[in-house]
Amino acid sequence: MLRARILENKLSSLYKAGKIVGGVYLGRGQEAVSATLGASLIQGKDCFAPLIRDQAGRTAFGEPMIDCTRTYLGSVEGPMKGRDGNIHRGRPEMGMPAMISHLGAQVPLIAGMLFAKRLKGCLDGCVGATTVGDGATSTGAFHEGMNTAAVENLPMVVVVANNQFAYSTPNHRQFACADLVERAKGYGFGGHSVDGTDLLACAEVIGGAVRKAREGEGPQMVVAHLLRLSGHGEHDDGSYVPDSAKGGHYGRDCIEVAMRQLAEGGYATVDELMSWQEEAAEEVQKAVAQAQQEPVPDPYRENWTALSTRFPIPAP
Amino acid sequence: MSVTYIDAIREAQETLLREDPRVFLYGQDISNFGGAFKATKGLSDAFPNRVFDSPISEDAMIGLAVGAAIEGMRPIVEMQFADFSSIAFNQIVNQAATHFYRTGMPIPITVRLPSGGTPGSGPFHSQSMEGIYAQYPGLVVVTPATVSDAYHMLIDSVKLDDPVIYCEHKFLYRWLKSKAINGEHLPIGRARIARPGKHASVVTYSAMVHEAVRAADRLQADGWEIEVVDLRSVKPLDLDTVLASVARTGRLLAIGEAFPWGGVTAEVVAKVTEEGFHLLDAPPQRLNARDTPVPYHPKLWAAHRPTPESICDALRKLLSF
Ligand SMILES: Cc1ncc(C[n+]2csc(CCOP(=O)(O)OP(=O)(O)O)c2C)c(N)n1
Repeated sequence: MLRARILENKLSSLYKAGKIVGGVYLGRGQEAVSATLGASLIQGKDCFAPLIRDQAGRTAFGEPMIDCTRTYLGSVEGPMKGRDGNIHRGRPEMGMPAMISHLGAQVPLIAGMLFAKRLKGCLDGCVGATTVGDGATSTGAFHEGMNTAAVENLPMVVVVANNQFAYSTPNHRQFACADLVERAKGYGFGGHSVDGTDLLACAEVIGGAVRKAREGEGPQMVVAHLLRLSGHGEHDDGSYVPDSAKGGHYGRDCIEVAMRQLAEGGYATVDELMSWQEEAAEEVQKAVAQAQQEPVPDPYRENWTALSTRFPIPAP
Repeated sequence: MSVTYIDAIREAQETLLREDPRVFLYGQDISNFGGAFKATKGLSDAFPNRVFDSPISEDAMIGLAVGAAIEGMRPIVEMQFADFSSIAFNQIVNQAATHFYRTGMPIPITVRLPSGGTPGSGPFHSQSMEGIYAQYPGLVVVTPATVSDAYHMLIDSVKLDDPVIYCEHKFLYRWLKSKAINGEHLPIGRARIARPGKHASVVTYSAMVHEAVRAADRLQADGWEIEVVDLRSVKPLDLDTVLASVARTGRLLAIGEAFPWGGVTAEVVAKVTEEGFHLLDAPPQRLNARDTPVPYHPKLWAAHRPTPESICDALRKLLSF
């Protein structure tokens, strides 16, 4: 959580300094949800399709920090080689597919990865997870993917981060059911709700959903309630979010809540928390400095064709 | 004994399932029922747990196939009709087509699109979508016109590492027969001279190859020798073979069953004009379906797509320059 927040703060200042190639999209306020999901998954075994606000989940799942800075800065050394940017990155061969912009599209994709694992006979104990926002739950791809995963009874966990706004559109213009978790039943998913600002609750509910899926209880959907603490992207000041929401329960910062919970529960001392922060800041500095000195793609030297096959193929 | 075009498609899938454990079939009603056109008939009995019925969820069907390809499988997805692939458009052009470019990992999926018109099918069961998919970098788009090509090109499509849109023509399914499947075949990316000639070149693909050959047969009575080039794959497009034909004849007519705005025929004319302007003795022409949705009534339908008559008319005009 901390590493993601500190990294994102740095990305934000780089953006404001004009040093980032494209846009910057942050997960401030969503770290507890995202990190508990990423930490509940096993890299090398499970698959995880993170979404727009999942820096914390990516980090917890094991994505090296340098993947992020390289992608934002367009380094040719990054996983996307400067061909795609910001949050649209991944390492599919390591179980983390690269997201596309189109919301909802990763839901059936994760279902497909699980489906294939079952065909290969290596599904046992694996989980596939993805996250979506409240807005993405309105897409056809989301509905189709949820239904498909349920029909196939796949160990899929879908976490809906209901941060109350899709870009500027509030929940009441996005869906008409009282709570998105009601949908789980209709799809045939296990359904769970959680306070997304509460780390311990997230660990219990999201971790529990992952465990259920892993133990063969079928697909699971978790709806986490929270508020996005930044604009949609760093170009957006989020002025459409009313003060009442900002001052409400979900307007609290999950990191502050987590720090308090960790200190009060005896999980970490204040000193420890401080030193984690310092370590993270150092790691961020290093990753940014490294990516900044790396070459960017060269359109004249690089073969950046879109196919892997060289055509025409010679006759047999 | 004869083999139909759809038999060839079924045989190819059987061969692929037998030879490559990474292949599986996914689509609506394709398991016990054998598919809306019976292209997978009996395959679920022969290969239990390799042929799966999907929900009516075209978007999720391709999403699932892409996920499975990431895991090393080589899925073949059957769209019940090419028309419904518009629901899966996003997964095809954004997820599958961009994946290799973005991540370096190829997505070897094959999407079978039962394409083109048949009498009485109407606007939603008749569309030819090859031009739309060919527009997108990262996709291979094939359009077999013969029984042997239907077989070999499906096998080759699944063997390619890239996503392939395999456009099979519904009109050819049972209409087109062959004694046997040829052993010899051209690779994807190579066009074929379907009928040699010297006065004009018709460049076409899929079912229109047969209409063009019929038109050429008729014009032969008047002494015209029309060359018909079967593109086989519209992307990549074998411009060398097309230009060599135009060099022999000096005249070009590009024919397609798709709607007339843009598309494969426009691309052929543009490329030949750009690279072979000096070879042309007449302005290059093209002939497509009309610019309306595909009609339901067979009489309207027959007047909608190019026919031997309309092709002969277009060729006479071309030859009169
Ligand atoms: C299919 C689709 N339509 C529109 C967009 C543009 N878009 C990007 S993010 C976004 C809002 C997403 O809201 P939500 O799913 O609630 O996630 P959040 O941003 O709140 O985390 C929109 C409309 C998109 N990426 N995909």
